[in-house]
Amino acid sequence: MTFSAELEAKLERVMKSCPPGRERSALVPMLLYAQDEVGAVTPEVVEEVSRRLGLSTLDIEEVVGYYSMLRRKPAGKYHLQICTNISCMLTGGTELWEHACRRLGIENKEATADGRFSLEEVECIGACSWAPAVLLNYEYRHNMTPEKLDRLIEDLRKLG
Amino acid sequence: MLYNEPSPLEVKVLTRRFGLPDSASIDAYLATQGYAGFRKALAMTPDRIIDEVKKSNLRGRGGAGFPAGVKWSFVPRGSPRPKYVVANADEGEPGTCKDRLLMENDPHSLIEGLLIAGLAVGAGAGYIYIRGEYRYIIEIMDRAIDEARARGYLGRNILGSGFDFDLYTHTGAGSYECGEESALLESLEGKRGVPRIRPPFPAVVGAFQCPTVLNNVETFCAVPAILRDGGAAFADLGTPKNGGTRLFCVSGHVNRPGVYELPMGFNLLRLIGEVAGGVRAGRKLKAVIPGGSSCPVLKADECDLPMDFDSLARAGSMLGSGGVIVMDETTCMVKAALRIMRFYAHESCGWCVPCREGTLWLSKLLTRFHEGRGEPGDIALISELARNMLGRTFCPLGDAAAMPILSFVEKFTDEFEAHVAQASACARRVS
Repeated sequence: MTFSAELEAKLERVMKSCPPGRERSALVPMLLYAQDEVGAVTPEVVEEVSRRLGLSTLDIEEVVGYYSMLRRKPAGKYHLQICTNISCMLTGGTELWEHACRRLGIENKEATADGRFSLEEVECIGACSWAPAVLLNYEYRHNMTPEKLDRLIEDLRKLG
Repeated sequence: MLYNEPSPLEVKVLTRRFGLPDSASIDAYLATQGYAGFRKALAMTPDRIIDEVKKSNLRGRGGAGFPAGVKWSFVPRGSPRPKYVVANADEGEPGTCKDRLLMENDPHSLIEGLLIAGLAVGAGAGYIYIRGEYRYIIEIMDRAIDEARARGYLGRNILGSGFDFDLYTHTGAGSYECGEESALLESLEGKRGVPRIRPPFPAVVGAFQCPTVLNNVETFCAVPAILRDGGAAFADLGTPKNGGTRLFCVSGHVNRPGVYELPMGFNLLRLIGEVAGGVRAGRKLKAVIPGGSSCPVLKADECDLPMDFDSLARAGSMLGSGGVIVMDETTCMVKAALRIMRFYAHESCGWCVPCREGTLWLSKLLTRFHEGRGEPGDIALISELARNMLGRTFCPLGDAAAMPILSFVEKFTDEFEAHVAQASACARRVS
């Protein structure tokens, strides 16, 4: 499988950071960066990473299974991750999460039929003082409310 | 960017560049005494650098509060193996959002802190292990590293000193456990983030089985000022044995939640009442988790105390990671305890049975309480389960889950008892 030039540049930087003989160190970044481009850690991605790092696919599978951000199936184009941990819970995060589920008609780790939106209930994302917080793909949205979330979803719908 | 208004009561040492135009750039950094601490360190022996850090009474800001200078002195400098410095930027303790701000607004202070540590222990390379969700921070840090390299602050023969040191970012991919130092090192090596048995500690056997200094981002960010202005000046800002300032992340039921830099030993009630604008809507304070969700909860009448490691320990809690979670009188403590326990059950890596099973069964029991299906013996059962986790795991996650729940059931027993009979008004879904 081939990756884009941009991803290859990123992976080259990762490989450079590994001490000699310690190429396995690149595994987690390589999987996440490949997922960003491909959409998921597919069997093809596992094969490719296995070839590049000289690891068995089993070695890779056991690592994929550990990390919560690594997924086997693609998320929606707009992946909304809503924190409901303690600081967000105290400031309306649970209600925000329930609102998002109702609004999009999907549950945790599901995507809408058109593949545009997906939802994930996440643990603390490090935005506690500006809670409740949402991650839209890798972008932070602070001090969210159901109304702000509705507007965000509308804006994203218009973007396509 | 800043996400909340600063407070006039703040004492800005680590955050003094926050809000300056283009504060993350090397030019802004150099214009404000950036890399001055490192230049000073270049003329010092490793022992003198470590002495200065010891003098500062800088204690680990990740949560454990171990003296940074002492930690550095454990690295066997005569070892023929390569040595590493690693910054823990896997900020994940619920209630904590300060390292993100430090890296976003002043990435070069982290680079300078790592450089000074590298010089002190004879390391040739360093890693900044950043949680996967902080993607934009990785980009900021990578840009700063490239700038520093282009200006001769990283790479070979730095500033003509003969010191070689390079620095890399490394992304995580979603795991609270990887914030634990030995699990972090496993992840850095491309493995599942399960903890290592200690001793040996990372100072002796760390990254790639080599001697490693591993500290929290905030700890490293304090180091440039310590070298620049002297350890004593930093120590004097705080209380005895608790040097300097620290970033407190106030969240929950206050009028002005935010991250505020204050001297160690700042009074907790003043932090809530004056710095963070008091409890929202004129309500009464009920409880505070003073240092991230792993710390035992304090009742309102226990909060008149100085925020330093030793005072919090005397009060039966911990200063932890600086995440001050404020709960007002409307908070259901059963619901809060349940949400926290669900988190630990989700994040337990499963390596140690007491933690894997304990967090799961505690979360089941608490769900039962929350839904009004608690039984009379359940409070005792919660205590028994939690006590059997304490001290019986390779890493502190087991204790981190057990300690707060014990404090919740002991200090708010009446609320738990009320849930035995019936589901409370708050008995709705807890995420």
